[in-house]
Amino acid sequence: MLLLECPYCGVKAEETELSPGGEAHLKRFGPGSSDDEFEAYMFARKNPKGVHFERWRHAYGCGKWILAARCTATLEVFGTYVAQSSAPPADIVEKIKAKRPEWKGFS
Amino acid sequence: MSTRLKTGGRLIDRSAGIEFSFNGKRMRGYAGDTLASALLAGDQMLVGRSFKYHRPRGIIASGAEEPNALVNLGRAGRLEPNQRATTTELFDGLEARSQNHWPSLDYDIGVVNNLAARFLPGGFYYKTFIHPRAAWKHLFEPIIRQSAGLGSAPRDRDADRYEQAYAFCDLLIVGGGIAGLRAALVAGRAGARVWLVEQTPHWGGRAPVDGDVIDGQGAAAWVDAALSELSAMDNVTLRLRCMAAGSYDHGYVLLDEKLADHTPGDGRPRHRLWRMRAAKIIAATGAIERPLSFAGNDIPGVMLASAVRDYVVNWAVSPGDRTVVVTNNDDAYRTAIALREAGLEVAAVIDARAVADGALPNRARAMGIRVETGRAIAKVKGGKRVEAVEICVAAGEGAASSTLPCDAVAMSGGWSPVVHLWSHCGGKLIWDEAEAMFRPDPARPPRHHDGSAMVQAAGAANGALRAALLDADTQVKIALQDLGFAAQIPDIPAHETEAEAPLEPVWIMPQGAGIALRAKMFLDYQNDVKVSDVQLAAREGYESVEHTKRYTTLGMATDQGKLSNINGLAVLADSLNAPIPQVGTTTFRPPYTPVPLGALAGEARGEIFQPLRKTPMHDWHEKNGAHFEPVGYWRRPYCFQRPGETVQQAVEREVRNTRAALGLLDASTLGKIIVKGPDAGRFLDMLYTGMMSTLPVGKCRYGLMCNEQGFLIDDGVVARLSQDSWLCHTTSGGADRIHAWMEDWLQCEWWDWQVFTANVTEQYAQVAVVGPNARKLLETLGGMDVSREALPFMAWADGTLGGFACRVFRISFSGELSYEIAVPAGQGAAFWAALHAAGADFGAMPYGTEALHIMRAEKGFIMIGDETDGTIIPQDLGLDWAISKKKADYLGKRGQERAFLASADRWKLVGFETLDGSVIEDGAYIPEPGHNANGQRKVQGRVTSTYLSPTLGRGIAMGLLRQGPARMGEVVDFTRTDGGTTRARVVSPVFFDKDGEKPNV
Repeated sequence: MLLLECPYCGVKAEETELSPGGEAHLKRFGPGSSDDEFEAYMFARKNPKGVHFERWRHAYGCGKWILAARCTATLEVFGTYVAQSSAPPADIVEKIKAKRPEWKGFS
Repeated sequence: MSTRLKTGGRLIDRSAGIEFSFNGKRMRGYAGDTLASALLAGDQMLVGRSFKYHRPRGIIASGAEEPNALVNLGRAGRLEPNQRATTTELFDGLEARSQNHWPSLDYDIGVVNNLAARFLPGGFYYKTFIHPRAAWKHLFEPIIRQSAGLGSAPRDRDADRYEQAYAFCDLLIVGGGIAGLRAALVAGRAGARVWLVEQTPHWGGRAPVDGDVIDGQGAAAWVDAALSELSAMDNVTLRLRCMAAGSYDHGYVLLDEKLADHTPGDGRPRHRLWRMRAAKIIAATGAIERPLSFAGNDIPGVMLASAVRDYVVNWAVSPGDRTVVVTNNDDAYRTAIALREAGLEVAAVIDARAVADGALPNRARAMGIRVETGRAIAKVKGGKRVEAVEICVAAGEGAASSTLPCDAVAMSGGWSPVVHLWSHCGGKLIWDEAEAMFRPDPARPPRHHDGSAMVQAAGAANGALRAALLDADTQVKIALQDLGFAAQIPDIPAHETEAEAPLEPVWIMPQGAGIALRAKMFLDYQNDVKVSDVQLAAREGYESVEHTKRYTTLGMATDQGKLSNINGLAVLADSLNAPIPQVGTTTFRPPYTPVPLGALAGEARGEIFQPLRKTPMHDWHEKNGAHFEPVGYWRRPYCFQRPGETVQQAVEREVRNTRAALGLLDASTLGKIIVKGPDAGRFLDMLYTGMMSTLPVGKCRYGLMCNEQGFLIDDGVVARLSQDSWLCHTTSGGADRIHAWMEDWLQCEWWDWQVFTANVTEQYAQVAVVGPNARKLLETLGGMDVSREALPFMAWADGTLGGFACRVFRISFSGELSYEIAVPAGQGAAFWAALHAAGADFGAMPYGTEALHIMRAEKGFIMIGDETDGTIIPQDLGLDWAISKKKADYLGKRGQERAFLASADRWKLVGFETLDGSVIEDGAYIPEPGHNANGQRKVQGRVTSTYLSPTLGRGIAMGLLRQGPARMGEVVDFTRTDGGTTRARVVSPVFFDKDGEKPNV
């Protein structure tokens, strides 16, 4: 029963208010892309043990999609941020680096 | 024999007698008794039969860890199986029955399994799977089903009610022993919002029984003082009979509060399930004593030393006149002393250690108790109760040096901290060599959302078996600092317990016991797992403790190995010649003790099990014979039955009447999403396979939506409302899903596009007016021009009809002249009634979803979920015409370009006409010669929709067939459940009005 703070409405939302959306920051590949690119976009997921970036929708709240930086092993949440982001914000990246020195960074 | 002592018993009230029954026998106890203490007081040593061998079993423990004394409690609507007698409070009229015996507890036929024990070794379930195959089905399974089992499942509806509640606190303290009470005092004084919960009906835990002295007074007095201070604090909530079932992510804890288990039928909810969110959790859950593994350690009368002490001190129950205490530690001497102080005989203390000269052993000796060091129990003699023990050298192989007659054995193999709440959410353990136990590793706690420790273990649960109060102070201080409270601990209580010498780990007694003895040393009492079973598993290659658990069923019973896990893994480690910490523990999973399903369901039962969505016309449907079917959360009329009609007859009448005269359909459940904004057209062009941006205002167009893999996910008619707004109709079940899908793309991918979406499904009631008389009805109502010229097929218009403001769509899902009319939801019922009133002269009848389905199938229209199953692209269904060739991109376009989807061998949509007019069975396949690698028949297609067409008077079907459209006229065979086949000709899926002239009049 995770708690994630919604960056839009400020509510500390419980997992039952949220619906999951899988890995964040996927790049869409449409017509004209190679089979490898399309396969990576559709099916290849990082599924790391450790630092992970995820999509959640505040479905039973404000309805907004949000992104969360989270440790899948300890459930620690490093931060949540708006879905209109093509990469994790710098402050969250800094926070993760401080807490997880072994983390190789967002790629 | 076990009996009630004349004096003593700190928890019972001898002035309040209670009558209850066990296996129909009337017995008496006192208020404050547990069922277990009352059974023992009545010399009921034998309380059950074991799961596998049906061995006689007695009460072994005094708390939640009890594996043996499980009973069927109550009857009918209040029958509850597998209730532990040790945690069941006695009440007047309690009815308990023992389990897993036939025909009676005393004479049980299943005990032959005990004689056949060597044919039921560890892993025997799996071994019987292997060969011969028939033996499993005809021999092993029937025997196992007959003989194994626990309580009987209740047949009646649960007579009780349950409730759930949310709660929040700064600090949840689990365990009302002295550590928990002390932590609550410190936190309460610091001003934190504190919850203190205790699973039993009593505060204080073990300390009052064990004779602890706190601040110069007995523990019981200190507990009373602590409680009176805590009760006066507004920021502290105290709950007895409240068990913390599990700790979950980010401080979420389930608490099961037993409100009326001991007062059944008093009108209160039986249980209340608290859904607690705690900023911090202190697990002051104590420790559980471990049994010792010696032959016959399961014979009734063999009990945990601490339990013997509990029964004597708390309930004035003597488990036996003459008790042998067997131990590897000093703590068990407290039991010998307590027994002697109660005037009972202690035959001897058998101590496996070579030396026992600590304070407690010396005190025992001074009381005249015989202490035998370096000795062990070779075996216990007796059947349904203990008769004697054979004594041997602890380091030997079990040759008896003497026999001690006795009627009870109190055993202690040391203590294991209750680490469940620590471990449920990822807290790790370390092996404590000195105490031979796993305890929480403070460096690796379960983590909160901010990375701080979510749980602090305190007292015995933290491995502080003796300095519990001091440890509670340390832990609560850390917790309060994390929470930002200034924790002051001014008055550290002086906590005195007698000093104890170190224990000596004993995992098998005696050390060199041969196979005959090891095959009678029980590790897991409830599942009948013995030392020899775990050793066999190790020999057979089960090195992982998780594999061994599943192979032998060690720790898999309702007690989840509270007594057996540590002993079992120590035996496994020994067999593997590996250190215990390397073997590790199995995973601790919630719940700590069983929680009734009723408590988990709470109020969600019967009518309020789930919310129902009802259209504005729902009441009318109920009054007019509607036979409902679920569509998502909606209830829609399947058909409207008239008196004397079957469902099938009603459906056929509705179809015929609609085609011949006039049908009215409540289509309010249809999804309605408004998409508006400067980029709305561009957005819809991405969403639909067809072109929506070019749709003229006032017109409608059918559209398909695919996911990124290219598979069809929804369809519906889109109407352009204005220059910048469109109304998208979705399937009835799909409105919320498609709305979320739109928002996903707008918020996460094309966030710079200026588009709003609004799901207005419930804002409108919608009625389909269908059939040759449809226009006549609308013209009778009057108010707007609905002629062919003013409102042609696939157009829409706003206006009024019979005084109702409405929007009329000329669209048809039936192949008839059809108007779909939307009115504000609040007008829906009145508009529906007006249509029926005015329509009576034109033969108007309501029709339901089945008639809708049949009419669309007669027309060859697809239905999402029938013709599609998540692996179907529009091209499979012959819907290429609805895919724009001009667009560079739409969702699913790239996916559809994948080679396997472009294959000519795809199964494609066609119609089927049976040769004999019969109806193809739902789900029928079209096999072809040959078998696949799994030995299954090869198939070339399947049916997707199949109906008896009332219009054509014969069976019609749609289905998918390999290269279907190229095989028109061919005859294929469909499977039938009776083994036969149904022959059908491949035809066009359009069975009715092939040229589509009827809706266009």
